[in-house]
Amino acid sequence: MRILLNKASIKEFLLKNKPLIVLLILCFVMAVLNDRFWTWNNIVTVLRQTSINAVIATGMTFAILIGGIDLSVGSVLAICGAMAATLISSGMDPLLVVLLALMLGLAIGLVNGILITKGRLQPFIATLGTMTLLRGITLVYTQGKPISTAGAEGSLAFSKIGTGYILGIPIPVLIMIIVFVIAYYILRHIRIGRYIYAIGSNEEATMYSGIKTDNVKLFVYGAAGMLAALGGIIITSRLGSAQPTSGLGYELDAIAAVVLGGTSMAGGVGTIFGTAIGAMIIGLLNNALNLLQVPSYYQDVAKGVVILIAVLLDRKQKASR
Amino acid sequence: MAEKIISMKNIVKDFSGVVVLNNVDFNIYKGQIMALLGENGAGKSTLMKILTGVYTRTSGEILLNGNPVNFPSTKESQKSGIAIIHQELNLIQHLSIAENIFLGREPLRKGRSIDWSRLYSDSQKWLDLLGINENPRELIKNLSVGKQQLVEIAKALSLDAKIIIMDEPTGALTDAETERLFKVIKSLKEKGHSIVYISHRLKEIFQICDYATVLRDGTFIAEKRIQDLDEDKIIEMMVGRKLTEQYPRLDHNNGDIVLEVRGLTNKFVKDASFELRKGEILGIAGLMGSGRTELARSIYGIYKIDKGEIILNGNQITIRSSADALQHGIAYVSEDRKGNGIVLGLNVKENISLASLKSFSGRFGNLHLVKEEEAAVKYISSMSIKATGTKQLLKYLSGGNQQKVSIAKNLNTRPRILILDEPTRGVDVGAKKEIYELINQFKKEGMSIIMISSEIPEIIGMSDRVMVMHEGRIMGTIPIEKVSQESIMSLAVGKEMDGI
Repeated sequence: MRILLNKASIKEFLLKNKPLIVLLILCFVMAVLNDRFWTWNNIVTVLRQTSINAVIATGMTFAILIGGIDLSVGSVLAICGAMAATLISSGMDPLLVVLLALMLGLAIGLVNGILITKGRLQPFIATLGTMTLLRGITLVYTQGKPISTAGAEGSLAFSKIGTGYILGIPIPVLIMIIVFVIAYYILRHIRIGRYIYAIGSNEEATMYSGIKTDNVKLFVYGAAGMLAALGGIIITSRLGSAQPTSGLGYELDAIAAVVLGGTSMAGGVGTIFGTAIGAMIIGLLNNALNLLQVPSYYQDVAKGVVILIAVLLDRKQKASR
Repeated sequence: MAEKIISMKNIVKDFSGVVVLNNVDFNIYKGQIMALLGENGAGKSTLMKILTGVYTRTSGEILLNGNPVNFPSTKESQKSGIAIIHQELNLIQHLSIAENIFLGREPLRKGRSIDWSRLYSDSQKWLDLLGINENPRELIKNLSVGKQQLVEIAKALSLDAKIIIMDEPTGALTDAETERLFKVIKSLKEKGHSIVYISHRLKEIFQICDYATVLRDGTFIAEKRIQDLDEDKIIEMMVGRKLTEQYPRLDHNNGDIVLEVRGLTNKFVKDASFELRKGEILGIAGLMGSGRTELARSIYGIYKIDKGEIILNGNQITIRSSADALQHGIAYVSEDRKGNGIVLGLNVKENISLASLKSFSGRFGNLHLVKEEEAAVKYISSMSIKATGTKQLLKYLSGGNQQKVSIAKNLNTRPRILILDEPTRGVDVGAKKEIYELINQFKKEGMSIIMISSEIPEIIGMSDRVMVMHEGRIMGTIPIEKVSQESIMSLAVGKEMDGI
């Protein structure tokens, strides 16, 4: 508690975490503008809406930290969701379905990784390719129609992932928190996390230090694919069906969350805490614009403006350092 | 005495409290060639960066034709007719000669589109003037380094430069290219241009320069006419102390052979064979492009080996990656510090542990952060690394301290063979001495060391044997009793061993 009372250290903390200030200002403004905002119900709603983007953005943080990017996450979400829905409606055990969907995401992520390491493709190009390819496969497979899980044996249990609560907290929010904690632990306390920062800052020097950089990259893209699959499971479970177009544009929301959180697109610099804040800002903004009944066309305008302002604030601070 | 065009007086420069130039005077005379001499880290490039507006001076003044001037940026110095040609050329490889010469100043037609025919004809004019026999449409990447250098000069002249600063221009040139460059320099001189010539090759200084200014440790030592000097005098002024003082040599008693390389051949190295003994420092000398770094990196697993054997303690081993090399106890401190030696975005502690992180982590890869911190603290004190702490980012450290971190990183892999590639490049004089002492310390502990260096005094001062390379081949190995600057040089330029 003494730390909280120390004004200087609070100031320093806030200066280091500009995204947090943006988040706090948004909260404050909303609290003034709308009395429904600061209700338990609304806060839980915001967190639940944020959770899918947050989970995907965590994988994206890994990819961007290493100096790459993963554009395929939205398509991975869709194809894994479609597979999960199909398997559930065929009567398979939900736990097994979840594992298989995660494995599919991991496998796709590894393919991205192999294209980037062994195929020597730019991450942007490789994942742009798989993004388009996977979306196409999903549309062909579903014939453009949603796959419903309704009526199947495991349907109810499966739907708990997206709609259930534990101790009054939505399960997707719990999943998000667990993902954040694991990702934080990997980046700060596991060897491969250190290698991720090292490669993002100087890949050649990392390779010269005897580190098999290709393996680290496979891990990163594998993780990004698996987390996108997790997003697909949550969304399919929540809606009770898999939409062939679900996850469209999610890669951009994830990138926005990562960048808002202060992670450098050049790699090597950034934190999971930042990404968490970034995802919250985007989630909160969506919620706020809805509560304020801003017409949907204007919502994108407002989101774009806030993202640019937040990122500019962060850049200015870094430049003056 | 010729007319002074530039006169820099009492120049002082400090970087956040560290004085790198202290009351330095420097003159450039019209139509004369001024040599700027000093060891690495003496302040030559800082001085030139102040003259060209890259750095601003802390105090002192610059007079241009007697009038005080300020160059807040390189644009301003360019306008006053000062051009600099860096050691690493600033040309865009995938553009043509003409596009490079007029980059950003392309002649335009009325509609603001590029006037290509004029671009090429104007470029041709400059190429003719310098006697460069190339089509201005040719891409830079297809030219030899020597020709690229001349293109840089053409660019400087097209900018109407009256003063051209050349930083180690002959470093990568062949003899014939050097001759041609000298001809160009002499003709520029006749046309009234002034040249500042920075080089470590003293012979060249006597060939073409009129004056010499010597700096040492950021202070001004002397400005003299070249006819009043000889090599010994220059060296004495540059070094200011005897070689024996600078290089604390340790005698070596022949240990067992640790590493044997037999017939190593690949894209860069031809049929290289040598051996390395326990507790020995094997120096590798040679000119730029002689294949020294490539030989080291082939042993370290960076470059593929087509033919040949590497024998470690009597056993033949295969090294396919740097991970393999480290596993076998072979470590490599890179000459390209920022490129592949250290990670600027990580802090001191994280850099030191990077190559040996496995020894700081548990079974599941979980890091022992306290152990890592302790190791970093140990290296910071034992190697006197100047940093605010273990958490300071490498990019805020000076070159010498970055180099120490790079060595510490390799040291922590507990190597039996340490390859040091240009261990003191870009390191100031004080830190240099400390690095030499560290190297001797390793030697005493029984480590075998391969030291690649372009500074011949360093090679002579530190090594037990000197191996000289030329165009990918080992020309010979000279025992320390017989070594001299001349014997190294003649092997380095490709003369056979028995000629010595």
